Amino acid sequence: MQTSSPLAAEAAAPGVAVRVRGLGKTYAGGFTALQDVDLDIRKGELFALLGPNGAGKTTLISIVCGIVNPSRGTVTADGHDVTREYRAAREKIGLVPQELTTDAFETVWNTVSFSRGLFGKAKNPAYIEKLLRDLSLWDKKDSKIMMLSGGMKRRVMIAKALSHEPEILFLDEPTAGVDVELRRDMWEVVRGLRERGVTIILTTHYIEEAEQMADRVGVINKGRIMLVEDTAELMRKLGEKRLILQLSEPLQRVPETLASHRLTLAADGRELVYTYDAQGERTGITGLLRELSAAGITFRDLSTKQSSLEEIFVNLVRSSQ
Amino acid sequence: MNLRAIAAIYRFEMARTRRTLLQSIVAPVISTSLYFVVFGSAIGSRITEVDGVSYGAFIVPGLIMLNLLTQSVSNASFGIYFPKFTGTIYEILSAPVSYLEIVLSYAGAAATKSIMLGIIILATAALFVPLRIEHPLWMLLFMFLTAATFSLLGFIIGIWADNFEKLQLVPLLIVTPLTFLGGSFYSIHMLPPLWQKVTLFNPVVYLVSGFRWSFYGLADVSVGLSLGMIVLFLAICLATIAWIFRTGYRLRT
Ligand SMILES: Nc1ncnc2c1ncn2[C@@H]1O[C@H](COP(=O)(O)OP(=O)(O)OP(=O)(O)O)[C@@H](O)[C@H]1O
Ligand SMILES: [Mg+2]
Repeated sequence: MQTSSPLAAEAAAPGVAVRVRGLGKTYAGGFTALQDVDLDIRKGELFALLGPNGAGKTTLISIVCGIVNPSRGTVTADGHDVTREYRAAREKIGLVPQELTTDAFETVWNTVSFSRGLFGKAKNPAYIEKLLRDLSLWDKKDSKIMMLSGGMKRRVMIAKALSHEPEILFLDEPTAGVDVELRRDMWEVVRGLRERGVTIILTTHYIEEAEQMADRVGVINKGRIMLVEDTAELMRKLGEKRLILQLSEPLQRVPETLASHRLTLAADGRELVYTYDAQGERTGITGLLRELSAAGITFRDLSTKQSSLEEIFVNLVRSSQ
Repeated sequence: MNLRAIAAIYRFEMARTRRTLLQSIVAPVISTSLYFVVFGSAIGSRITEVDGVSYGAFIVPGLIMLNLLTQSVSNASFGIYFPKFTGTIYEILSAPVSYLEIVLSYAGAAATKSIMLGIIILATAALFVPLRIEHPLWMLLFMFLTAATFSLLGFIIGIWADNFEKLQLVPLLIVTPLTFLGGSFYSIHMLPPLWQKVTLFNPVVYLVSGFRWSFYGLADVSVGLSLGMIVLFLAICLATIAWIFRTGYRLRT
């Protein structure tokens, strides 16, 4: 694909796995599910897409994977336009969809081999075997899928998505309704993929997961990308910190003299919580501590806590409403 | 061409056939045998010969056509409807396969299955009546063209249908009646003159006539016309499918 148009040159930018530009989707009924979405997913990163129900996460993923037609804008995967050069683009992509949909009557082995063939790859029983072993599916390889539990079916769907050795993997809420063990197995697999340089884009409602696993986080709401940020940076930038003081003597209420500070009582008055902006010029901690001792309040211990991604996320979505 | 994908879908569809062997092979064999008992013996004792061919032998091409049409339509429509219904279509849509490859593999598998069935019915018939095939290559060509055309029609129905009722509707209300009224069990010359004219609007007449000609050299309409008509249906189906693919109709939202 040798073109000299600036768009193609941009699409082929090194280090970009998926490039979304001006993407919009209006469904047949007239509902606009995506609006002016611009997004770059870097090669080899783990990107978490967060957003409330109906935000447009699945729609966005479906467009990249070729299941839904875009109404406006362009998407490239590994430099290939997903509509004009769909073959080259889709060969690179694996998808674990949100819904559990499997061919009930097929065996695990056959359905995974089928997926590999569908993506035009030559048979490779050794690879499929390794894949099934990694996902603890090996002893189920000859079972019909309908005989498997829901968690096992989800593993099968992951195996199908990985059957053709994709370079870009989409996981649409992979951990919804999944037990602890499977979740651990899955993160193990994800970590392994990442070490091999596979780009991973996942959506989840478990924000701790994004916080722990993702390099970057994107927040989408009502079809618009609200923010894209390094996870750590986001935590630092938007994060509020809380100073928690374990009081020697419990308090009934926050003393009048301290009312100008953002103080709350917790743990039946045994903890005094001070919320402050960790990025601010002055945190106000020194002043607070001075006033506390002036008011005769003493404490046994203190700790600080950074607000979780979940709180940041809730605040963002709320502020956009 | 993603040949591996075509092979994968084709094999998947054929495996589905194997799983439903009883329904897909045994049932038609039994119903064919019943036709011979009912039509061959009961009616055949009254109509002994049609244009010099025993009635039992006369109905064989029609019977094969009847099965070829209905099975091609139902196999192909179900084959593409089912993944839409269960949601597994997501994988086909996200794979590097073109629409052409999708239709080749689904319709190809459906056509293969119904041709196999046609041959089984032919063999079953040979147990009941003395058969004669004057133009075997033409017979195979008619079989192939019919299976291919009606598998494409089935594919279109499978794409169009958004519930099981619609999936059954076209075969039940259109394909089966047209086949029964298309001269499968009689020569249209046996009809009153007005009905002979009306019948010519039934496309199945041309298929049965051409197919029967390949057996006994007997035809209601000229062989060239038969061939022309089936090629016309094929062209109409192909054009419809091309339109479906261009617009993404009912496959991609
Ligand atoms: N085929 C469709 N036709 C019409 N509207 C649709 C279609 N698919 C999705 N939508 C609408 O588009 C919006 C976005 O849906 P989408 O599935 O992308 O959300 P999501 O972010 O994945 O939500 P969830 O977290 O619940 O999975 C929703 O309001 C949904 O109702
Ligand atoms: Mg979703």
